[in-house]
Amino acid sequence: MSLQVPPQLDAEVNELLTHYPPDKKRSAMVMVLHAIQNHFCHVSDEMIEWTAAKLGCQPIHVYECVTFYPMFRQQPAGKYVIKVCRTLSCELAGGHELAAHVQQKLGIGMDGTTPDRKFTLAWVECLADCGCGPCVMINDEHHEHITKEKLDQLLATLT
Amino acid sequence: MAATERKILTARMDQPGYTTGIESYLAAGGYAALRKAMAMPPADIRNEVSRSGLRGRGGAGFSCGLKWSLVDRKSGKPIYLICNADEAEPGTFKDRQLIHKDPHSLIEGIVIASFANDVQTAYIYIRGEFPKGYRILLQAIEEARARNFVGKNILGTAYSLEILVHRGAGAYICGEETGLIESLEGKRGYPRFKPPYFPAVLGLWMCPTIVNNVETLCNLPVIIGMGGGTYAQIGTLNNTGTRVLSVSGHVNKPGCYEVELGKITFGELINGLCGGVRGGRKLKALIPGGSSAKVLRADDHFKGMRMDGTPYDWRWEDVPVDFDSLAMIGTMAGSGGVIVLDETADLPRALANVAEFYAHESCGQCTPCREGSLWMAKALRRMTHGGAQKGDTEYLKSIADNIPGRTICPFGEACAWPVQSMVEKFRDEFLKLEPTQETCGVTKHG
Repeated sequence: MSLQVPPQLDAEVNELLTHYPPDKKRSAMVMVLHAIQNHFCHVSDEMIEWTAAKLGCQPIHVYECVTFYPMFRQQPAGKYVIKVCRTLSCELAGGHELAAHVQQKLGIGMDGTTPDRKFTLAWVECLADCGCGPCVMINDEHHEHITKEKLDQLLATLT
Repeated sequence: MAATERKILTARMDQPGYTTGIESYLAAGGYAALRKAMAMPPADIRNEVSRSGLRGRGGAGFSCGLKWSLVDRKSGKPIYLICNADEAEPGTFKDRQLIHKDPHSLIEGIVIASFANDVQTAYIYIRGEFPKGYRILLQAIEEARARNFVGKNILGTAYSLEILVHRGAGAYICGEETGLIESLEGKRGYPRFKPPYFPAVLGLWMCPTIVNNVETLCNLPVIIGMGGGTYAQIGTLNNTGTRVLSVSGHVNKPGCYEVELGKITFGELINGLCGGVRGGRKLKALIPGGSSAKVLRADDHFKGMRMDGTPYDWRWEDVPVDFDSLAMIGTMAGSGGVIVLDETADLPRALANVAEFYAHESCGQCTPCREGSLWMAKALRRMTHGGAQKGDTEYLKSIADNIPGRTICPFGEACAWPVQSMVEKFRDEFLKLEPTQETCGVTKHG
């Protein structure tokens, strides 16, 4: 395979494999896909094949996980992925008005990416912080009690 | 006397200066229960847990002692423990608090449970959207290892335990224990048939496996610390201990409230602890145990007979917050996620939101759930967007009535119950959306 995997990613994946019995390497699947997505921002077809070889399974086994778990992407996203909680308690706290605001502000719809590839916007199902809604995740950062003003301020700090 | 919280699991986290570091936990008496447990024979620990009456805090309320007693200890295969930290039931946010604010109490609980069940490898399956919680747990495990509470020869004994943290990736179904196990095996989180795949016998890698919720495990240091018999005095008969409730929606003070089971009513919880319905408005509906629990209506009147033969006659305010009372009135305590809807709430819209969640999260394995959850979501979407058709209310109910009992896992019930109960209790609001005339030439399944 011509694909060059950076040594630090390879080392990270090798370490993850030690978390499971030697004959159960496939168990590392979701953790390995997280590591790959953290590095490349998405999981490409090449990395699906690389993962299959690494875990001793078939590419279809990796592919069916990439397509099943909502957190994995097969296409690159913007630099900042903004996920707005869609579920009931956040809706009751104004989450959908917030989502409408950010769509208008960025000029994109849900699952859209801005032309400068800075922002991707998406819904997310319940983030388990229902007492502090509306909740938003921007990449790995969780934000509570987000108003339109607070979101505007947050977006302004992202470069 | 006004009802108060009974903070046991959440007693430390809000103290000034309390951090997630091990020093804070040790200064508060942490890991003393582990020392005590490790001086006990494992079977005695299991007995204490049985005596405590502890019931699972994840959703099903199954006896923890009984669950442990079902573990196949004679198979010759390793026994695994999995901490289910895949908190995702809409309206539930207690495990997030426990993990993010007091991780060592969970670690201590895991070590006690593992020692009691001869487990050498434990996994924490934490939901993918908790990256911070993941880092906090890794840090806590390393701190515990440095103090010899985790790792080789714990506290100088022959007992060794590794705790590994495994992240999920956004699939709600992985909170179902057999779906979780499939996911931990590196597959899609498709729940398994029971029988034969009871985790206690054929769990992770076909080995005996215990799956316990975060809050359940956090109770173990408490039980060992005070003894199972003393713990059983907290709460009420068959509903022992405290429960960390998550309250959200239209209340003045949403948040986590730890209460003694059965010692406080929903009225005391909502009107007392939570400061009442937001804006002084009236309650319209109450979802008592996560979004899959059947909804209660503010003017519901519950009458019947308790198991001990004494009658009860309750308005929603009078219903005790515990497992059995909610089961008696036809709903469930579930995950302890209480969602409050006031008189301004649009119930069909709220149900559309919930239905959308289940349609998105159905794993797709069983046809009644995969198709049914989607049909219900589609019907509710058109009903709440001005496109209701004559008969849609009945149509919704007929779909919901045909899912439960026809699926591999309880997701079928979880997606049907909110629809069945909302349509039954707020029928007028759904009928009101329907046109008075039959619309021609449009299929219902669109």
